[in-house]
Amino acid sequence: MKATTEILMPNVLLTCITTGKFKTGCLSVNLLTPLCRQTASMNAAIPCVLKRGTATLPDMATISAKLDSLYGARISPTVRKKGEIQVIGFTSDFPDDAFIPEQSSNLEDVSYLLGEMLLMPSTQGGLLRKEYVESEKEKLLERIRGSINDKRAYSMQRLAELMCSMENYSVYKLGTETDVESITSQGLTRHYSELLASSPIEIFYCGSAEPARVKAALENALAALPRNSEEPDIGTEIRMNSLEEKPRYFEDEMDVTQGKLSIGFRLGDCMEDPDTAAIKVFNAVYGGCVTSKLFMNVREKLSLAYFASSIVDMHKGILAVSSGIEFDKYDAALSEIFAQLEAVKNGSVTDEELKAAKRAVAGAYRSTEDSLGALEDFYLNQALIGPECSPSELAALVEDVRKEEVVSTAAGVECDAVYFLRGIRKGDAD
Amino acid sequence: MKERRYDNISETLITETLSNGLTINIVPRPAFTKSFAMFATDYGGADRRFKLGGSWIDTPAGVAHFLEHKMFDMPYGNALSVLSANGASPNAFTSSGMTAYHFECTERFEDNLRVLLSFVSTPYFTAESVQKEQGIIGQEICMVEDNPGFVIYNNLLRCLYEYNPVRDSVAGSIESIAEITDKTLYHCHEMFYNPSNMTLAVVGNADPQRVIAMAQEILPKEPGEVPERDYGAPEAAIPHQAKISAEMEVSAPQFMFGARIRPERDGIARLRQSIIGEISLAMLLGPSSPVFNRLYSDGLLNGSLDYELDYTAGTAMLLAGGESRDVGAAMDEIISELRRVTADGLDRDLFINSKKSYFGDMLRNTGSFSTLAQALIEGAFADFCPLDAFEIIEGITVQDVQAFVFDNIVPEKLALSVIEPKK
Repeated sequence: MKATTEILMPNVLLTCITTGKFKTGCLSVNLLTPLCRQTASMNAAIPCVLKRGTATLPDMATISAKLDSLYGARISPTVRKKGEIQVIGFTSDFPDDAFIPEQSSNLEDVSYLLGEMLLMPSTQGGLLRKEYVESEKEKLLERIRGSINDKRAYSMQRLAELMCSMENYSVYKLGTETDVESITSQGLTRHYSELLASSPIEIFYCGSAEPARVKAALENALAALPRNSEEPDIGTEIRMNSLEEKPRYFEDEMDVTQGKLSIGFRLGDCMEDPDTAAIKVFNAVYGGCVTSKLFMNVREKLSLAYFASSIVDMHKGILAVSSGIEFDKYDAALSEIFAQLEAVKNGSVTDEELKAAKRAVAGAYRSTEDSLGALEDFYLNQALIGPECSPSELAALVEDVRKEEVVSTAAGVECDAVYFLRGIRKGDAD
Repeated sequence: MKERRYDNISETLITETLSNGLTINIVPRPAFTKSFAMFATDYGGADRRFKLGGSWIDTPAGVAHFLEHKMFDMPYGNALSVLSANGASPNAFTSSGMTAYHFECTERFEDNLRVLLSFVSTPYFTAESVQKEQGIIGQEICMVEDNPGFVIYNNLLRCLYEYNPVRDSVAGSIESIAEITDKTLYHCHEMFYNPSNMTLAVVGNADPQRVIAMAQEILPKEPGEVPERDYGAPEAAIPHQAKISAEMEVSAPQFMFGARIRPERDGIARLRQSIIGEISLAMLLGPSSPVFNRLYSDGLLNGSLDYELDYTAGTAMLLAGGESRDVGAAMDEIISELRRVTADGLDRDLFINSKKSYFGDMLRNTGSFSTLAQALIEGAFADFCPLDAFEIIEGITVQDVQAFVFDNIVPEKLALSVIEPKK
């Protein structure tokens, strides 16, 4: 496996991860734009509207037939939140030519289709088709409303919203219902043109083709891409401390049988010069894997939760705990979750815990090289925040993490907000 | 040890049947770092009534799933923790037709495989641990009741089946699991966790000979009796109930419809039927289908129409569904399309493209370690090899698909499950 990055056009980078071990290839085109309330919904709508039709393939049925004929190639619109950067675009995966039972050029054909989707939408009077815009607005509204369907994810989303209410990080990747409703075909077309000309673009290819072939295919596919000379300013602001001296407490009531307790922390000092390996190992020791303190104590030993785990967002410098509990276990679960963090801070981490955590993190990085999707996401993260190394090199760094580094990472971690999604209290339901 | 090469997709399959009856399938992937192993028993939530030594035995709902939870307990502690501490990602699942234990790892594969084979073949339960687990599983049962995906699926199965125990939740109920004791678990483990009723699949960077040798060394040497199961009285031709609705905290109405299909039981016939079935569903409901595109453009569908074909517990069914602001209108559209297809037949160009697309899907699934391993397990229980699909698909014609649709996907056979948002 070899990764190379080159400049395709001004502010357009192509990263090729060349490897012959997969049966399919993966290609993604990503526009980077600041995540903010004013534009989040429009940004999210753009790839969804673009996938509806192109100048030569005017509707989804003809696009889908084209993809079928390329042996089940897929192109999906994507909207990702990476810290305070909104990453929008398309991800495609398609069978490698070597396995297709007839002569084929899937890489070129898929690249071309992707380019056409991005640059040559089906328009009416110079505007994105109103019917497509209106129809995709409806779908986006449903997706936003639908975020309550998965209670665990919803409670984590509410935590980010409430904890970071003063920061752009609080913005949901699809924006809000109100902002979606106010989208017009004129406004969206204008925004689309600006975005196309000004966003930095990151392209990733992962598969067996040589970089030169990939570059040629994309140069052809993106020949019509407009580029202006502005240097856009995008990035994520990292807050080092909690907003107030004590954690802020929030809760919502909903008709659910199991409560969802989510707790947000600022990683603090370790984000000055973040050591990804040490932070990931700290998270694994605390709550990021099944040998972690949260899993072993909160769930297994004390049966306080059906699940209890933590994740770190390296883009924003946040640690978040997610747990599912019975309503009356709230106090006990919360204090145990805090107590386990204190334990890490105090250095009560056994050699076994550390070893298991390192194995889990190193193993996850090593297996990244075995998955197209994971590789694509790894290199996108790397393009945004580093570090400049391959997954297996990072795995090696993880193996060298010492207990002192875990403890010193934990030292600066500060609870900022606690969110509880609870059932409706008897007596005060309407 | 048999070795078969599939040159067109660059795969090699190693198969072996041990003298104790265990079947082993291995697909070596030396270019990869990771390996995936799955060890499964042909015993799931629907296997509640079975015959052993001449007499029929009834067990409460939820035993297979309960066993899955408790199998990780070992005299030395918890096997899940051992595997995790060793860097593996272990997990397990119970469906109505099987219980499977699996792990993925990037190093020390053989150590991990040893742990997997040992804990699955070592029953170790105590009255206290069973009692404690009743609480944990009780929580799990409560949790899934908040999950619209689970409720819509379970409700649909209650419509499609009157007798087959697939209609009950795999985890059982708070009441049924209260009847489970350590003795129930020991008994069912003895019945169903014997090597003759089990299979092992490995995909990854592993040495086939050493895998086989390890299974021989660790597992019981003698074959066991495979219990005969009773899945209830024969079902009527049409669903037990045509429609069911529930209200939940969801943002938009969700629907899932399905039909029982007449399953080919085993071997190539079953594999072939499943390919034809999947192509049928893609042609009728997939992203290139006329009905999907009409529903999507008319705003009667919020996202995709998802569909699958499921063979389990002596039966088979197709399931499909999505999210719609007007389920009635969406279903009318789907049903009128089915009537149109019955009258006019299927589109030939759509068939050719759908076949190509399905080929790509199979290639993708083969690329996924866990999907391939699970397919090998299902194949081992039903006597087919999923890799043969690449050859079979060549010979499938539009007439095959048409015949499948006429036999199985007709409006009268459909049942519908709906989740409405709470008022």
